[in-house]
Amino acid sequence: MLTSNMVLGGIVIPWELMQQSFWPILIEGIKVTIPLTLISFFIGIIIALITALVRISNIKPLRWIFNIYVSAIRGTPLLVQLFIIFYLLPELNVTLDPYPTAIIAFSLNVGAYASEIIRASILSVPKGQWEAGYTIGMSYRKTLFRVILPQALRVSVPPLSNSFIGLVKETSLASQILVTELFRKSQQIGATNLDQIVYIYILAAFIYWIICFILSLAQHQLERRLNRYTVR
Amino acid sequence: MFAVKGLKKTFGNNTVLKSIDMQVDKGKVIAILGPSGSGKTTLLRCLNALEIPDEGIVGFDDHKVDFSQKVKQQELIQLRRKSGMVFQSYNLFPHRTVLENIMEGPVQVQKRDKKIVREEAIELLDKVGLKDKKDLYPYQLSGGQQQRVGIARALAIKPELMLFDEPTSALDPELIGEVLRVMRDLADEGWTMVVVTHEIKFAQEIADEVIFIDGGVIVEQGVPTEVLSNPKEERTQRFLHRILNPTD
Ligand SMILES: Nc1ncnc2c1ncn2[C@@H]1O[C@H](COP(=O)(O)OP(=O)(O)O)[C@@H](O)[C@H]1O
Ligand SMILES: [Mg+2]
Repeated sequence: MLTSNMVLGGIVIPWELMQQSFWPILIEGIKVTIPLTLISFFIGIIIALITALVRISNIKPLRWIFNIYVSAIRGTPLLVQLFIIFYLLPELNVTLDPYPTAIIAFSLNVGAYASEIIRASILSVPKGQWEAGYTIGMSYRKTLFRVILPQALRVSVPPLSNSFIGLVKETSLASQILVTELFRKSQQIGATNLDQIVYIYILAAFIYWIICFILSLAQHQLERRLNRYTVR
Repeated sequence: MFAVKGLKKTFGNNTVLKSIDMQVDKGKVIAILGPSGSGKTTLLRCLNALEIPDEGIVGFDDHKVDFSQKVKQQELIQLRRKSGMVFQSYNLFPHRTVLENIMEGPVQVQKRDKKIVREEAIELLDKVGLKDKKDLYPYQLSGGQQQRVGIARALAIKPELMLFDEPTSALDPELIGEVLRVMRDLADEGWTMVVVTHEIKFAQEIADEVIFIDGGVIVEQGVPTEVLSNPKEERTQRFLHRILNPTD
């Protein structure tokens, strides 16, 4: 095991510092980044499902509101959304820690993007499937839930898991509203080792990479299982 | 038993059906023939309100819907539940097995006992000759087999009327026979059927009445021996000639 600095083509790599920092950073990743991602994604998917269903329905005023929501979220930077929610809540006399504030912002963001994915996958189910549901006597709702959504959600799994992996990385923005997650932890460590700060960031990048790599393996497994019944 | 009066349907400014009247008595088989684009599919879809007519009365003795007035969704659903539909492109549920496809209507819509429905579904599969395929998924079946499952799924809701929209025209020629055979059995069993088809010989064999439509109107109708062997109208003659002598 390497315990001291290593010289490589004139560059001095601070192995010891990187080894010491690895666990503290990884632990914030496991304790904060991953739960933040999971919770935000879960809530986001629920919002997305509701949004998609409203947007394919013919409930006019509600459709309008959800259209504006999706358009606004997609048309503004996530960092700006985070800041707005962070500073807006106190204005509304709501006191909330940075962590739940970040969850709200990320959930709303996921909700908008994922609703587009879900809506597109609902629309990709052939019209004949709706009609087949109707002809065996089903209502719109029943057809939607028994016939269309099971097929649509299967189609949306690959793009949704891409969004999930994307979210893992985007949660680093929560550092900007003082959530001590993986990236902010590295910033803190870096601040006390300014000369070697780039290596701390490289370490952080490496940890993100490992997490995303593991998730992408899980994604492939999931997709393979889902494809079992739909080989054409 | 089932009747249509003054049925009219327009898409934009394209009037596809211009005042159609027809009657289907219990146990009768009606074949609908006509050139492509003449409105056959639209007519059939109006019969179970997959397409909403602009005007006209459609329905059974005990449940009629007048489309000249505003119709409630629930009324359409009631009308639909009395007929079964077989599509040109089968439209089976790809995420459900053959057996699940058939049980879906009786269990989910009619809320009938699952065990009984399952037994009935297996009987239906036996009737269409696919008992051994019950646990397969649609993609594992040939077109002819899928269409037979489609027929079984429609029969499972015990409809009073069976509608078929060119059930064999998406099939390879060698698979057509197995589907027509099932349909002939249904006709022999006394099912009430309306069949849109290009199979003249088949229509001749099983239909009690043939309706020839063109340009959204019924041009000629009557028993098969009259309409098919001895058509009076020139349009019918031309159509039959074209279909029987495709290379002329
Ligand atoms: N949903 C629709 N919207 C617009 N036009 C349609 C629609 N369905 C059918 N049509 C038109 O109605 C006419 C009759 O079509 P169709 O009933 O499918 O004829 P057929 O089944 O006899 O070939 C065609 O001109 C077709 O373009
Ligand atoms: Mg047609």
